[in-house]
Amino acid sequence: MRILFKHLDVPDIDDMDVYIREGGYKALEKALKEMSPDGVIQAVTKSGLRGRGGAGFPTGKKWAFIPKDPSLKKYLCCNADESEPGTFKDRELIVRNPHQLIEGMAICCYAIGSERAFIYIRGEYIEPARKMEQAIAKASNRGFLGERILGTDFNLQIQVYRGAGAYICGEESALLNSLEGIRGEPRLRPPFPAIKGLYESPTVINNVETLANVPHIVLNGGEWFASIGTEKSTGTKVVSMSGHVNNPGNYEVDMGTPVREIIFEHAGGILGGKRLKAYVPGGSSVPMLTEKHLDVGLDFESMLAAGSMLGSAGFMVMNEDTCIVRATLNMARFYAHESCGKCTPCREGTSWMVEMLESIEEGTGKMGYIDRLVDIANNINGRSFCALGDASAMPVLSSIEHFRDEYETHVSERGCPFAGDRGFALRGG
Amino acid sequence: MKISGEAQRRILDAKTRYPSRSSAILPALHILEEDQGYVTEEGMAEIAGLLDMPMSDVGGVASFYSMFMQRPSGTYRLDVCRTLSCALLGSEHLVDYLSEKLGIKVGETTPDGLFTLRTVECLGDCGKAPVMMAGDTYYEDLTPEKLDAILDDLRRKAEA
Ligand SMILES: Cc1cc2nc3c(=O)[nH]c(=O)nc-3n(C[C@H](O)[C@H](O)[C@H](O)COP(=O)(O)O)c2cc1C
Ligand code: FES
Repeated sequence: MRILFKHLDVPDIDDMDVYIREGGYKALEKALKEMSPDGVIQAVTKSGLRGRGGAGFPTGKKWAFIPKDPSLKKYLCCNADESEPGTFKDRELIVRNPHQLIEGMAICCYAIGSERAFIYIRGEYIEPARKMEQAIAKASNRGFLGERILGTDFNLQIQVYRGAGAYICGEESALLNSLEGIRGEPRLRPPFPAIKGLYESPTVINNVETLANVPHIVLNGGEWFASIGTEKSTGTKVVSMSGHVNNPGNYEVDMGTPVREIIFEHAGGILGGKRLKAYVPGGSSVPMLTEKHLDVGLDFESMLAAGSMLGSAGFMVMNEDTCIVRATLNMARFYAHESCGKCTPCREGTSWMVEMLESIEEGTGKMGYIDRLVDIANNINGRSFCALGDASAMPVLSSIEHFRDEYETHVSERGCPFAGDRGFALRGG
Repeated sequence: MKISGEAQRRILDAKTRYPSRSSAILPALHILEEDQGYVTEEGMAEIAGLLDMPMSDVGGVASFYSMFMQRPSGTYRLDVCRTLSCALLGSEHLVDYLSEKLGIKVGETTPDGLFTLRTVECLGDCGKAPVMMAGDTYYEDLTPEKLDAILDDLRRKAEA
């Protein structure tokens, strides 16, 4: 089912007039004129929508945590940091249909009583940020944003805020610090953002895709949305497919769609007609799975049951030629580079893992390193200040779980057993 | 070099745009970098002055983010993605290719001051891997041949 990717059917839906012609901003009008703020929250709760930024927290519940006290200022922050390796869906949602996001944000702000919202977008997304700013200006001129929206007493200002290259700023509390103009390190919780978030005020943080779903829920009803997907994972999910596949790109699929269908039908199968070796289903922060896990459904509970997580649904696919140690080393380097250094387990642990993986790949590793890696990963997992540390442990733990023999061969043969590029070749090369 | 009047004006405008003045630091640093090519000490001092914030606050923010260059770089920064999906499609070969062609190592700038070669983490464009960012532009589905054409193109632009 296609809910969010309407731009595939209507290519110029990024143009506000086309968006309106296609029924755009009707949901905002319906919310403002026919529904109470609580009514909107109830519809979203009924829809079963869960956060698309990684953790899958129920969106209606998140909004309901915001205190009703009208004397308190409230904020919405749309998380468009999209720095999770293998994830590029929010970029397409923004560039191809910016008004869908604006409309979703406006409805959210009405529901939680906020008059000010920010889109925190990663610094490298210069074009998407411009596109968003232009769309906001157009929407304001047309009275969908600004003062007395659609003749009601609802006011809203949305601003784009650019990050500057720090993965950690996608973590919601670090995002808030970054937006407040201090170093983008994570905060201690509680207090939770719903009570004390941006500028000490109640704040909702939602992913781009989460908010883009909201107009459709308001227009068609929570029950409609809940009828799509699985019982506990409702709606669709945009999956980003990359790595060794024939047709990389974003695909919108119903929650629960088997991974086999996603990799072999949507993404066109494995590059060069090779066999699949492993895939990371939710950005590099979730455990990798293997060929044995092709019948797993793409939804929160099935991924968990299979030993991984849905995460951002950024798939990185590896074929049979890929050296798993080298792939794991690549991911480990990412976390070592992006660790903000605030807490010791993460700062030290991520660097140790890189060193050990390097020596195993280079042939100077010892058998004991494999268990040491597991030890280090387990010591970061759950002991770090924020979830970046936990994430760094996932590639290491899961690769050793599924491919321990390959690690052992690296040690016993004093080097990488894979030929040539070890799976890291240019296309056709 | 003092920052331009236009940049000053934009920084003062940013100062009024957020619920707190400190929120204007990051936008101001973006403006400074656009204006000067990198984040200069002098520029940060000017930001501190314009925003009425201590210099240490500005410096603390600037040093946190990998996008801000703290020293001069080439006219074009060639930021090649090294994260998994790009690596699986040969980005390391591209880095080696650029390094050889330009005669510089990663992190260095060509003697003519035109190119700085860097590796960066996932640019959020993995479906078009391997990917490189230079200036505001993403270059996608890269091959050595495409890199040749891009370098020629950037050289021409720099001369113009
Ligand atoms: C290290 C780290 C990085 C994250 N990066 C992102 C991100 O880029 N985009 C995003 O939406 N959520 C990201 N998250 C999740 C956010 O903390 C937060 O859960 C999410 O934005 C909430 O929105 P949702 O409920 O709509 O999913 C990240 C979390 C961690 C721990
Ligand atoms: S891995 Fe290179 S853009 Fe994502």
